[in-house]
Amino acid sequence: MDQFLQHIVNMFILGGTYALLGIGLTLIFGIMRVVNFAHGELYTFGAYFVYLASALLGMNFFVSLVIAIVFGCALGAAIEFILLRPIRSADIDTTMLVMIGAMIVMQNTEQYVWGGVAKSVNTPFGESALVLGPISVSWLRIFVFVAALALIAGSYLLINRTKLGKAMRATFQDRDTASLMGVNIQFIYMATFALGSSLAAAAGALLGPVYVISPQMGNLASLKAFAIVILGGLGSIGGATIGGFILAFAEEIGAGYISSGYRDAMGFLIIILVLMFKPTGLFARAERIG
Amino acid sequence: MSIDRTIKLILPLAFAAGLVTQASAQTIKIGVNQPLTGPFAASGTYVVNGAKIAADEINAKGGVLGKKIELVIEDNKSNPTEAAAVAEKLITGDKVPVMMGAWGSSLTLAVMPKLMEYKVPMVVETSSSGKITTSGNPYIFRISPPSAIEAEAFKPMLPKLGIKKADFLVINNDWGRGASADFGKVLKDSGVSVGLVEIMDQSAQDMTAQLSKIKASDADTLIVTTAVEQLTLVLKQAHALGLKKQIITTGASQNPDQLIEQAGVAANNSMHLTTFLPWLPEDTPNPDATKYFISEWKKRGFNFAGTTESFRGYDGIRTIVAGIEKAGKAEPAAITEALWHVEVKGLNGTVKFAKVGPAGKESAQSTPNVYLVKIVDGKVTHPKL
Repeated sequence: MDQFLQHIVNMFILGGTYALLGIGLTLIFGIMRVVNFAHGELYTFGAYFVYLASALLGMNFFVSLVIAIVFGCALGAAIEFILLRPIRSADIDTTMLVMIGAMIVMQNTEQYVWGGVAKSVNTPFGESALVLGPISVSWLRIFVFVAALALIAGSYLLINRTKLGKAMRATFQDRDTASLMGVNIQFIYMATFALGSSLAAAAGALLGPVYVISPQMGNLASLKAFAIVILGGLGSIGGATIGGFILAFAEEIGAGYISSGYRDAMGFLIIILVLMFKPTGLFARAERIG
Repeated sequence: MSIDRTIKLILPLAFAAGLVTQASAQTIKIGVNQPLTGPFAASGTYVVNGAKIAADEINAKGGVLGKKIELVIEDNKSNPTEAAAVAEKLITGDKVPVMMGAWGSSLTLAVMPKLMEYKVPMVVETSSSGKITTSGNPYIFRISPPSAIEAEAFKPMLPKLGIKKADFLVINNDWGRGASADFGKVLKDSGVSVGLVEIMDQSAQDMTAQLSKIKASDADTLIVTTAVEQLTLVLKQAHALGLKKQIITTGASQNPDQLIEQAGVAANNSMHLTTFLPWLPEDTPNPDATKYFISEWKKRGFNFAGTTESFRGYDGIRTIVAGIEKAGKAEPAAITEALWHVEVKGLNGTVKFAKVGPAGKESAQSTPNVYLVKIVDGKVTHPKL
């Protein structure tokens, strides 16, 4: 029973992490229809930025987080402006190839700048943990969980309750009509990509200190993020959140009670099952065909 | 362009090319096949830097057979396919008579068919999978311990560590699964029971599920096998979960200094089986050689934490050069034969090869020392067991 409670707590903490990875991608991949292979690299960028600001420049940890998110946002805007804007009317394959290229360039740049030795960031939480009877969880991860929920809620409100969010949704539903209604299309594309990128950087900034920071850390993050987004349904923030928790549940219970050798397989098994019965994901938006 | 001008341009080039060929004929080439980019980049670079110290030391003393040695260093990109391609390039392009490589077990295993094809020997400096020396490849000369040797060395320490029952948490590859099998066997032979055997994916960052299961078990010890990055995460996550078992790591790739730096208090009281003691040169088999190596390493401005990897590159090149010297000529067949008879005072004991694997096509394995170090209050100690 003690073990089960610990697994449940782990699942929530890990699920929050996964949800955070998923929402940034669901905005870009789900709404803009850009298969953002560089998502994991934006995540890595956020993590290294926290390392730079807090470990190397000695800034406050929480300030470093904010700086990493702001720079992630700026990098996203730059990628949109330089790489994606010129090929806006191109088909999905072209943008996919461009983003794969961006991923390779970014990962090799990280390797070149930071070297292969993994870095770690000290946080004000140290290695201390909250112990409640048989359950124990580190304060840092509780903080990350709370911050992730706040970011998810913020993104949800931004997309669904603000004028900017309404303009985003309108633009990606029908670009021409939105433009005729006076929406600044160029700005909306850039803002959406920048928002998705800053969420990826935020995930990296929050999770870098939990794990270790290395140039390859984005690969796994990317893989999980795509899985979560496909599971939850493209473009749905609620779907990505619940998708993240389902993936965490499958991995945690699978590793805890079935076999840890197949931990990652459990998550993907669930995704296959979901896609067999609901090919658009659990919470896909209704789409206009044609 | 007139013919006259062309000749004027080509002549000096041809002359220069001639000079280059002559220069290389006066050196003896040694191929070095290491991961310099990709996930194992840091470790591979350390090994190469250790190899360079050995080469410079040997060349300063006049080289071998009257010639300087020249390391031909190639990057296998932490990728088995590349490792095999690099070996082929070194053998057929650079015509190296002997090589050192290729860090990881999967990289070395990928190179091995090339050794058979071209009959060129390779000194294996880091890989620890048992398969490398048991698959019948007579061109393999391994100076790093496979897990079976490590487990044997661990056996006499068992009673003093008070282990009654141990769980395992290992990386999901030849190395990790091999270690859990070899250590499990030694534990059972010594009357210690084996509890859970948990697996973690090579790229996994979150091991809390496995550790929660281990926390709930009745074993008193957890034996972990993985590389330093993942080990850092295991220690931090075990600490956060309040895991109270003693943690012992195997594989000699743990880099305690990096653990202290990155896992902080979570690294305290963890124990590590290592094959080098740079922290305590006096406790090593050849204290003077160790001190020389460490001072040279520091002089070159490298990170001290790297010495637990780089000493293998140093020992590897010195073993190869001893082989060349004994062979009397820089030819693959002669070096292969001579390596069987070398005796090199390495930083981690004497390198001397014994036969292992199927009869008639045995591989060579030396038996390096294995130490158990313990991290106490952020410092590496060597408890006398």
